[in-house]
Amino acid sequence: MMYKQGKYQIVSKKTLAKGIFDIEVLCPDVAELAEAGQFAQVAAEGFFLRRPISICDIDKDKGTIRLVFEIRGKGTEKLAELNKGQLIDIIAPLGKGFKVLEGKKAICVGGGIGVPPMVGIAKAYGANAVAISGFRNMAAVILQEDFKAAGVETILCTDDGSAGRKGFVTDALEEQIAREKPDIIVACGPMVMLKRIADIAEKNGIECQVSLEQRMACGVGACLVCACRTVKDGKEIHSHVCKDGPVFDSKEVVFE
Amino acid sequence: MNRLNVNFCGVDFKNPIVPASGTYGYGREYECLYPLSTLGGISVKGTTLHRREGNPAPRVAETPSGMLNSVGLQNGGVDKFLSYELPNLVTKDTRIIANIAGSTIEECAELAAKLKDSDIDMIELNISCPNVKQGGAAFGTDCNIAGAVTKAVKDNSDKPVMVKLSPNVTSIVDIAKSVEANGADAVSLINTLLGMRIDINTGRPILKNNVGGLSGPAVFPVAVRMVWQVANAVNIPVCGMGGVSTWEDAVEIMMVGASLVQVGAAIFNDPFAPVQIIDGLQKFCEDKGINNISEIVGTVKPW
Repeated sequence: MMYKQGKYQIVSKKTLAKGIFDIEVLCPDVAELAEAGQFAQVAAEGFFLRRPISICDIDKDKGTIRLVFEIRGKGTEKLAELNKGQLIDIIAPLGKGFKVLEGKKAICVGGGIGVPPMVGIAKAYGANAVAISGFRNMAAVILQEDFKAAGVETILCTDDGSAGRKGFVTDALEEQIAREKPDIIVACGPMVMLKRIADIAEKNGIECQVSLEQRMACGVGACLVCACRTVKDGKEIHSHVCKDGPVFDSKEVVFE
Repeated sequence: MNRLNVNFCGVDFKNPIVPASGTYGYGREYECLYPLSTLGGISVKGTTLHRREGNPAPRVAETPSGMLNSVGLQNGGVDKFLSYELPNLVTKDTRIIANIAGSTIEECAELAAKLKDSDIDMIELNISCPNVKQGGAAFGTDCNIAGAVTKAVKDNSDKPVMVKLSPNVTSIVDIAKSVEANGADAVSLINTLLGMRIDINTGRPILKNNVGGLSGPAVFPVAVRMVWQVANAVNIPVCGMGGVSTWEDAVEIMMVGASLVQVGAAIFNDPFAPVQIIDGLQKFCEDKGINNISEIVGTVKPW
């Protein structure tokens, strides 16, 4: 494994939706190593533990990564106070990212704050990717232009129908599979959504990778707090989201 | 002049700073940041006779200036340690402290026997894990059992045995005296303090295990007090730990009697913490004209 720890400059900061921020960090050594689906452990001033935040996008030419996060508590509230020009203390890139199957077709499914890590992987597949994103309502919709700019077809779903189609990403996924079966499905979002996507993938005989979340401490695989239930060689074991994941083959994951 | 080398139970450490068991794995995860040879030693992840899966997640909760954990000794078992981790560790030019935990006295003895003739430098016998139902803290809170486990391990070991003590007791001094009387070569303290946090929106504990061990800067003053009390009561060396995060903390805990220092949860906040502490100690010695850091051990002048 190879990662860096340091204080890096924030080169841009945007508010994408209420309580959701997009910061671009100039960190050439991290960007060089980073792969779509990996994450950063971000220090929040005054808090003991770092906050794991998925890497939304990587620009190896500019030497930047984008971190898109939602205010979930006091720690992320503190992170949201950081501004352009200030330094951010990160450990990155961490964990295992998504597979990129050259020349193959992918459907990237994100739910809510699970959408940001879909940007980097959808870009890697470009025109071979379809991005299905789900949000509560129009006000919560983020990152659709990023997918489009990368030539990725987008399907937008909202719970209340205020933007895109009304309904769940899983319905949109099944329809898209019926139109054109992909080689792989990648997904990030709530566990119930991931479980349903894993079922759909299995039913259709499609490879599927899901990105999981868990409370963390070290972020590098040393402390073992971020356990998740997985199956290996027919036996249920505790793997660790930070090092064995966050991206897992959906067949390995034991969904609660 | 090497101002930081220390001798602890007859083992030479190039400096007194050792990442604490459970916070550093077997070193593999931090090697890309700095060479492990920088460290005085490594106290490896708590190792049991058989592989353990540990407790269900969530296993961590943040606290003011610290954290709770309830990992529950997840590890690959002693055979995997000997066949996979130890051969890698011996190439790293640092001291290896094998942290072992058993659910019965017999298991502890068997673990010690398995480590005989191995390349480890010391055993750290964990009789203080708050997160397992059998053994663990149940051993470390009873003087007689603590003594019996210590004796069983000593009888089956050819290595110096350091016993890691629980702070969750009425008198840590009594436990320390009991393990000393039963042959312990050193004691290390403190393990984590038992704690609990609640998610007020769900009304449920954050930890799936309900309770867990508190570590981090929050526990540091408790560690200093207990190291001071124990160091004054026993004649064996003391390894101090519990919330040590800076070189000043290391100096403080050494002044109350620790001749070796473990650094734990601080690493999660800053993986370079052990290295910065070592650099800080070196500079402290140079600035104060201290020839060897051991000179400050136990020099506190209590009122």
